Amino acid sequence: MNNILIISKRELKSYFATPVAYVFIVVFLMMTGVFTFYLGNFYERGQADLQPFFLYHPWLYLFLIPALSMRLWSEERKSGTIELLVTLPISITESVLGKFLAAWGFTTIALLLTFPIWITVNYLGDPDNAVIFASYLGSILMAGAFLAIGSCISALTRNQVIAFVVSVVLCFGFILSGFPLVLDFFSNWAPQTILNAISDMSFLTHFNAIARGVIDLRDLIFFISFIGCWLFANVIIVELKKAD
Amino acid sequence: MIEVKHLSKQFGAFKAVDDISFSAGKGEVLGFLGPNGAGKSTTMKMITGFLTPTSGDISVCSNNVLTDPIKTKKSLGYLPEGAPSYPDMTPLSFLHFIAEIRGFRGNEINKRVVDAANRVNLHSVMNRPIETLSKGFKRRVGFAQAILHDPDVLIMDEPTDGLDPNQKHEVRLLIKEMAKNKTIVVSTHILEEVQSVCTRAIIIAHGKLLFDGTPFELESRSKYHNAITLTVQTDSPDTLSDQLMAQLKTLPSVDSVENITTEQGKASFSIFPKKGASISKEVHSCIKTNNWEIDEFHVESGSLDEVFRDITTSSDISAKGALT
Repeated sequence: MNNILIISKRELKSYFATPVAYVFIVVFLMMTGVFTFYLGNFYERGQADLQPFFLYHPWLYLFLIPALSMRLWSEERKSGTIELLVTLPISITESVLGKFLAAWGFTTIALLLTFPIWITVNYLGDPDNAVIFASYLGSILMAGAFLAIGSCISALTRNQVIAFVVSVVLCFGFILSGFPLVLDFFSNWAPQTILNAISDMSFLTHFNAIARGVIDLRDLIFFISFIGCWLFANVIIVELKKAD
Repeated sequence: MIEVKHLSKQFGAFKAVDDISFSAGKGEVLGFLGPNGAGKSTTMKMITGFLTPTSGDISVCSNNVLTDPIKTKKSLGYLPEGAPSYPDMTPLSFLHFIAEIRGFRGNEINKRVVDAANRVNLHSVMNRPIETLSKGFKRRVGFAQAILHDPDVLIMDEPTDGLDPNQKHEVRLLIKEMAKNKTIVVSTHILEEVQSVCTRAIIIAHGKLLFDGTPFELESRSKYHNAITLTVQTDSPDTLSDQLMAQLKTLPSVDSVENITTEQGKASFSIFPKKGASISKEVHSCIKTNNWEIDEFHVESGSLDEVFRDITTSSDISAKGALT
């Protein structure tokens, strides 16, 4: 446990040692603002809630999260520090978890910095803060799922651009996996049970369920087990491909 | 402290390391020699637990690397090739991180970091990002990282590669200083390094272990070991060299004499001893009785370059033979 925290701490520090952290946070906050006020018609709707704010989170994460996760393992590979990391007396599982938690923690920080909009909506009206809390929780969980995919993909290649592009495509698939765009790929040949399984993987469905204010255990379990599976794959990939 | 048994590593169809066995104890500085791509780094990576062997067994400080990797890694210090470290960190924060991962807590962290930094003269750059440091300093950061926990076994992959002569000298001094109570393995393709720091040399080529012995034994394999280079002053070099060659050849321990150069006023010779014999006395008294005017008299210690070429290229032929 201790080792995981040490890795996380180092990783998190390195976000702030480079412009990565600041660029990410500024762009994230700007984009949430743009989406909420222009596309989401925050004022025009005349309702005291944060639905237009959370509505666009999956699409924002689609590009921002892979940009954050692409360097997690690719960079270690490229600079050769993976050799250092793997020969330190810690397990690969600890490294994977440490790196993931750092990235997740960082996203959470960025997300919490959107608090002015929460203050604004409370100032303007009387929103249901429990729903807002649930939405934040859902958003954090969804970010974790995106990050787990990104971390795993970044372990596959030393090229950050490839890691980014492949992660975006995969994340896009998982956002829309309940929709015809993705399902039509499979509907011709896959049996119905697999189709159901795929459509149950949709981030949008699970996120929207939580964002409506209903914290259903199934949605929580979905995101957590989804993260667990991708990180498990991540550990195996690092183990097998560390020296390539 | 290091025990390697029948170690092999296969990458697809390519056998990078082929049935290597050796062991090294406390106080030994083991030099891995070999051409590029011979399997030196692969062997080191397997000892440090970075690569998993295809077959064979490795134990470090009586811990098995394969079954007990974390425990083994604790007793190891490793400087990977090129001394990789995190470029955006400063040496101070990097060493701090390593100290924490190595299990030090509280004041001990600072003590260890300062101590390691002092040993490799890093203190002047402790707060500059590693990416802005010169190659020599980057290497020192790698060193500090490897010795921070005072490991029993230190493994360094080409520690002096790409350093200037002064830095190389410093690194060698450091290795010698640490050698007393550790087992150190260094890989290199610089032969003089083996002579200056190693107590034992291992030559690997095409994944096979071809030589395991002291640097002295390696030298004595050379044709030039104990050979004498002699330069004589004379007005008529041609007649003298005939006379001299004839005389020297009669000496009991001399195997052969070669005329290297004959130029105006000078003639140079290489005199080779019979196997294991020392000829300097005989040659010296021969010079005295003949009253030759000597310009240079030099006892060769042996050319490692030549031995190295001999050992590694003869395996070339056998490897090719095995293929056809």
